[in-house]
Amino acid sequence: MPPAIVNFIAGQVGVQQLVVSGTSTTAQTPPSHPRAAFLVLLIIISFTISAIAQEPADTAAFDLPDERPAPPTSVVVTDFKYDAGNRVDITWVPSIDDQPELTLVDGYTVYRSANGGDYKLLDSLLPGISMYEDEEVTPDSVYTYYVATMSGKDTVQSVVTQEIRPEWELVNFDLAWLFVIAVIISGSIVWFIWRARAGADLFVRKIAGLDAVDEAIGRATEMGRPILFIPGILDMDDVQTIAGLTILGRVAKQIADYDTRIRMPVSRSLVMTAARETIKASYQVAGRPDAYSDDMVSYVTDEQFGYVAAVDGIMVREKPATIFLLGAFFAESLILAETGNSIGAIQIAGTARPAQLPFFIAACDFTLIGEELFAASAYLSGEPKQLGSLKGQDVGKGIAMLAIILGMVAVTMATAFEIDFFQMIADGLNQVFSTKAE
Amino acid sequence: MDISNFLAAVLTLGIFSFLYKDNPVYRACEAIFVGVSAGYWAIVFFFDNLQKKFWEGVFPPDGSAGDHLLWFGAILGVLMLFRLSSKIGWIARWPLAFIVGATAGLYMITYFVSNAMNQVADTMLSLIVVNDVTGSIIWTQTIGALVVAVGVISGLVYFFFSKEHKGVFGATAKVGIWFLMITFGASFGYTVMSRMSLLIGRMSFLFRDWLGLIG
Repeated sequence: MPPAIVNFIAGQVGVQQLVVSGTSTTAQTPPSHPRAAFLVLLIIISFTISAIAQEPADTAAFDLPDERPAPPTSVVVTDFKYDAGNRVDITWVPSIDDQPELTLVDGYTVYRSANGGDYKLLDSLLPGISMYEDEEVTPDSVYTYYVATMSGKDTVQSVVTQEIRPEWELVNFDLAWLFVIAVIISGSIVWFIWRARAGADLFVRKIAGLDAVDEAIGRATEMGRPILFIPGILDMDDVQTIAGLTILGRVAKQIADYDTRIRMPVSRSLVMTAARETIKASYQVAGRPDAYSDDMVSYVTDEQFGYVAAVDGIMVREKPATIFLLGAFFAESLILAETGNSIGAIQIAGTARPAQLPFFIAACDFTLIGEELFAASAYLSGEPKQLGSLKGQDVGKGIAMLAIILGMVAVTMATAFEIDFFQMIADGLNQVFSTKAE
Repeated sequence: MDISNFLAAVLTLGIFSFLYKDNPVYRACEAIFVGVSAGYWAIVFFFDNLQKKFWEGVFPPDGSAGDHLLWFGAILGVLMLFRLSSKIGWIARWPLAFIVGATAGLYMITYFVSNAMNQVADTMLSLIVVNDVTGSIIWTQTIGALVVAVGVISGLVYFFFSKEHKGVFGATAKVGIWFLMITFGASFGYTVMSRMSLLIGRMSFLFRDWLGLIG
């Protein structure tokens, strides 16, 4: 510092100051000015406040959290029950610093060591999370884990867990009640199939929409116009598509009998293949294999609204007399049904998607609601296997109704009147039907 | 002018022209939409399934051991191509049968548990809901529980196919169909409003992104 400045400060603050000037050192007498004394006092106070402000945050005077967050505690590993030994669940109690009002914890990281090897990062999780499912384990290895709290680039790790070896279980006893009920329903199906094959007359009530199928095909024949069959927009892994194609088999046979044309644009390649097989088989059963053509079924596109645009175009250009909309539908349901309605076609629709059913009910002549779509093929064909299946499902519905009525009575008596016997029944029923499938 | 916005706007208006009637502009837009989307999905399926799932699964790029179970899927895929032959086309039914059967088996437990058993458990409600503190009946929740009970039971009766809908059974089924129709009415209104948001989205594109008439 230049001597002139040092001297100026010394003069102002009034403290004894060594002034270094070249090689000589001069001691100066402190000034006795009152303003200088005040300045000195001010500086001392400033230093004191500054020092207090820089005290660690966890002092009693300023109850702020430590800059390093606490680690997660109680980290526990459990083998997921009844699986193929390919899942371990890790749970922990979040860091005490993991609170919404504090921003100290950025999240958690989970580390794993397999067979005593190095710990490797598995995943990074958001704050507040206290569980991780490790599904990349094998039954023949031993694992240990630890979880670390993240705070910026800093991590504070928990203690390492105990070793765990995932086990493979052959039978899932959590699904025991499901098994019992499934056996009852399956047994009923087999029983009814056996009775149907033995010639028993199995009653199935009238389904309004299906009685109109013959009429609708006859109408198209009389008008000399084609029949349009739309099996929804999902693939062969959806049960509604399969139900739609089952009905197609029956419809195609009648179309072959009447020598009417069928047009079937599809949005999935597998559905195209299955539909061609179905129609081909129906034409063979009808004794008219020569009348079958692969052109009856055509692939359009997998794109939902591209498919809709093409089908709408087919409707207005070819003006089919009858349109079947049977399968899984989404936002395109109303567009298709409205266009079909506008060309005056008789429309028979069916889907199990509750959100789309209102549109079909509003715009179509007949609608198969949910379960009716699945019952339709049995109703139309009258085959023992399908009739037996339908009757077996009714047994399942009967069990469900009885269970619901019994459960409601038990829960009401247990909660409103506090009768222990009914509480026991309610708990039992709840245990039977609250099965979780993972 | 942004050419992509211009093209998108022309195609949007072309599709909208169907509201008047079928016309050459709509046909052109339809053909473009179908052609482009079919080509797009062909490429997506090729790279997602054949390259990523199959090829990189069997021969992982990092040199690790491949999953040779994927060959099974590949063989099923090849079997589908037998359709092209008139003599041995029947072989193509095998992969189809596998897909349908495997799917039914795979989803059976999940569907049965979530769509049947758990629904039954959740419907076992107390028909009289009492306030724990005062001991008085909470009428709103009690009526709600009764509506659920009547709706579910009568709905199940409607879908019972083994008995004619006559007498008490028929009357219960009629109550069930009323419940269904009321539910569908509410669902109709809700879904129409969500469709309106799609229309608003298109209008917003035309008037804001394309024409710049709204801010």
